[in-house]
Amino acid sequence: MANVPAELKYTREHEWAKVEGDRARIGITAFAQEQLGDVVFVELPKVGAKVTAMKTFGVVESVKAVSDLFAPVTGEVVEVNVELPKKPELVNTDPYGQGWMLVIRMGNPKEIDGLMGAADYEKLTAGAGH
Amino acid sequence: MTAPMTPLKRTPLRDVHVKAGAKMVPFGGWDMPVQYTGIIDEHRTVRGAVGLFDISHMGEFEVQGPDALAAVQRLCTNDASTLAVGQVQYAALCYPEGGIVDDLTVYRLAPEHFMLVVNASNIDKDWAWVTSHSEGRARWANVSDDTALLAVQGPKAEALVGRLADRDVTGIDYYHFARGAVAGVEGIVSRTGYTGEDGFELYVPAGQAERLWNALLEAGRDDGIKPIGLGARDTLRLEMKYALYGNDIDQTTNPLEAGLGWVVKPAKGDFIGRAAVEALRARGVGRRLVGFEMVERAVPRHGYRLMAGDAPVGVVTSGSFGPSVERSIGMGYVPADRAAVGTPLSVEIRGARHEARVVKTPFHPSHTKKA
Repeated sequence: MANVPAELKYTREHEWAKVEGDRARIGITAFAQEQLGDVVFVELPKVGAKVTAMKTFGVVESVKAVSDLFAPVTGEVVEVNVELPKKPELVNTDPYGQGWMLVIRMGNPKEIDGLMGAADYEKLTAGAGH
Repeated sequence: MTAPMTPLKRTPLRDVHVKAGAKMVPFGGWDMPVQYTGIIDEHRTVRGAVGLFDISHMGEFEVQGPDALAAVQRLCTNDASTLAVGQVQYAALCYPEGGIVDDLTVYRLAPEHFMLVVNASNIDKDWAWVTSHSEGRARWANVSDDTALLAVQGPKAEALVGRLADRDVTGIDYYHFARGAVAGVEGIVSRTGYTGEDGFELYVPAGQAERLWNALLEAGRDDGIKPIGLGARDTLRLEMKYALYGNDIDQTTNPLEAGLGWVVKPAKGDFIGRAAVEALRARGVGRRLVGFEMVERAVPRHGYRLMAGDAPVGVVTSGSFGPSVERSIGMGYVPADRAAVGTPLSVEIRGARHEARVVKTPFHPSHTKKA
């Protein structure tokens, strides 16, 4: 069973969001990285870019597959994980820590309430995969 | 997701893979393990130690009789008359127009007895093709379902197989085979593979596959042996620029542009596709299958466009991150005048162009046993 931290919020597309004041740090879940396999490339927007809730903001590529990344919340990108271009494997080894992708200044913090809690996300992923 | 039209076929080891926690995927109509621990880890295990593959999905046809050689010669582009008993040859089956039916290996089991090993996804098509284009008194048998095929590949493969075999295996040269028992399982011990590493492919009765599989994993434990899925098989072959049927070669490509001119031997006499390939050779090919590497890490994939400036000039046929070369690499067809090593190209990935350049292949040095 993949790790699902209780303090995070989740999308159906397997991204997580961690609220840090008016900002949200985001990445993909342990379940997502397990399904993807070895991550070899992450394409992210630049600082200053606008992202929209449940629209794609980037791409993650494993050896076998390409997957879109969906923004959990709307807002402006204020930080990008600059380690990921050099070490995309951080998404596999530490998806909730060093494998984070963006920090977004939220345009509408209420969107967070529309995301799934850990219990619901765990239900979503239970029995999925292999 | 749509349900497959027909149930996926299973190798004799399918349940073993599932129990071992492999991630299973459909491949060419088969339920196959794509990975166990992870593609990169498995890839490195084969390059650095030894890996065990279940490739029982591959097809095996036998042909024998006084006209067996004539039948093989008519069907295959390579010259099977040069094969000694105990020798293996890579070849292609061509359509009369020069397109490729399949690529395969040909084993001479006895003077009038050959085995043809074909791609899993092409078994039915190839069987129909060879039996409808055979010669005289040649008896064909499709033994695919009765035959399991395990590949043991990597620098530690020779010692491992040697410890379990009832005969010397060090004297089996590259693209040669011998009959022998490994872990008490009788079969064909073939010094071939699809990884660029030294190693063997073991053809054994389907009912013995699990016994051999377990014996190899057990005996190879101290060597760091691991089961390897199709994901790493693909990255390993890509680093060697070995063509994969359905990706890099197919009915619409000919052996010359695919870089397989070395297995086309018109001097041997007539074969299906000879006239077309000879005409092509005289005229010169318009495009070539090249290897390229990406300047950045973005991954080229099958079907992406290859560009020169603003002009589309070709298409990616295979691409991946190469775990040993540690960069993104690919193969694709480009116009012959853009095939030289060093030629700049770009790959269109999600609407943006990413720099690439044609490089010398194989991407990673081959470590197969030298003859």
